[in-house]
Amino acid sequence: MNVPENLHYAESHEWVNPENFEAAPIGISDHAQAELSDVVYLELPEVGKVIAKGDSIAVIESVKAANDIYSPVSGEIVEVNEALVEAPEPINADPYVTGWMVKIKLSDTSEIEGLLDSAAYQKILS
Amino acid sequence: MLRSPLHDKHLELGARIVPFAGWEMPIQYAGIVAEHHSVRNEVGVFDISHMGELEIAGKEAESFLNRLLTNDVSALSDNEGQYTLMLNDEGGVIDDLILYRLDHDRYFLVVNASKIEEDVAWISSQLVPDISLTDHSEVYGGIAVQGPEAIALWESLEPELPLPERNGISESADGTILCRTGYTGEDGFELFDSVDRIDDWFARIIEAGATPCGLGARDTLRLEKGYPLNGSDLDETHTPHEAGLGFFVKLEKVAGFIGSEALAAQKEKGLPSRLVALRLSGKAPPLRQGYEVSDPSSGAILGTLCSGSLSPTLGVGIGMAYLPVSFAAVGNHFSILIRGREFPAEIVKKPFV
Repeated sequence: MNVPENLHYAESHEWVNPENFEAAPIGISDHAQAELSDVVYLELPEVGKVIAKGDSIAVIESVKAANDIYSPVSGEIVEVNEALVEAPEPINADPYVTGWMVKIKLSDTSEIEGLLDSAAYQKILS
Repeated sequence: MLRSPLHDKHLELGARIVPFAGWEMPIQYAGIVAEHHSVRNEVGVFDISHMGELEIAGKEAESFLNRLLTNDVSALSDNEGQYTLMLNDEGGVIDDLILYRLDHDRYFLVVNASKIEEDVAWISSQLVPDISLTDHSEVYGGIAVQGPEAIALWESLEPELPLPERNGISESADGTILCRTGYTGEDGFELFDSVDRIDDWFARIIEAGATPCGLGARDTLRLEKGYPLNGSDLDETHTPHEAGLGFFVKLEKVAGFIGSEALAAQKEKGLPSRLVALRLSGKAPPLRQGYEVSDPSSGAILGTLCSGSLSPTLGVGIGMAYLPVSFAAVGNHFSILIRGREFPAEIVKKPFV
């Protein structure tokens, strides 16, 4: 399972890229996309929405089921990946790069420290 | 939880296993969408070992079955099969099944996994002297090979064992049963054999090029064709006429059948509801069982989806619901409520695909 080292992870299998606190991309892990299987529909939040850590930020639907995606951090949604709404395939094919779902402006950067690093996340997968 | 004789094979193939009707069954291997397309375009193979296989035998088997089931058993010759329904006294559906005539005094029934016990109990309660019921469900495993290339696959694999005609059945000298039936809307066949031989068939058919397919694809394939699933689309509170299955109900059978009086009375009075095929328009989520269907002008809730999914072929949400007859015409528009938002849907003709 691919678990990039530069990202931080929630136990509920979302990742956040902490390089830019003004617009940190969030997506789901390779493990999560494999568990969900073919994503056929994605519902994203409105830009400008303020969310708390643990809030649902997206709904991903496979053929079989709908799943909530939870934000690993608190902040404001500053961008959403509209291209995925039309064609959600990158969530499965490229979950860490083109499969990002939202970018968030962090309201509490210390939350990053509370997330799992790559090694710790790999541990919960094993 | 029961395990299919193919369970180890499924694990080797990387299947995801889920509980279904008391069985641990594969829901998917590589992915539902790819498996679905392989059946529509090429050939796929499903484990159907969970399904029930019953045998009813006796000199008067035909008249017994004509009383038990809705279709006309006397229309069958040896080695022919028919889709049929078993009703309660009120005309509600206990099970839908395929009945095959092996011989004038021997019939083979393939019933839903979730209903085996109930079917056996019901049939046993109806038995008359000289009619026997045998439940072979634990003896047989089964696979369904479906898709436009299914027949050619079999002919190259077993040229000495010809497939029966459409809807037919054949039994080989050493007990392999072949049925030219399925639940996908594609040509293909179902093979039943003893649990210790079924894994060899499964392996050989995959080796010959069939894609292993799980219950997920089985559900999208049958829903695209508008085939009902018992327990979701059929139940004891709706009659076959409400479900749109009147073609398989022969009210004209002289001696009648269990439930026929109730069906005749319902026809006389008018149907309260009909099972309709609903299709979402445009970009929208997949449909799911339980979503509410409402009248867009009044907002009144008219029914709930009994089946729903995404059609991999059409790329839109499709589903079925019982709606009041006055609303149940093709072309009528409705709203389907999904997570608090209304999505426009239209009744379309079955099949969807």
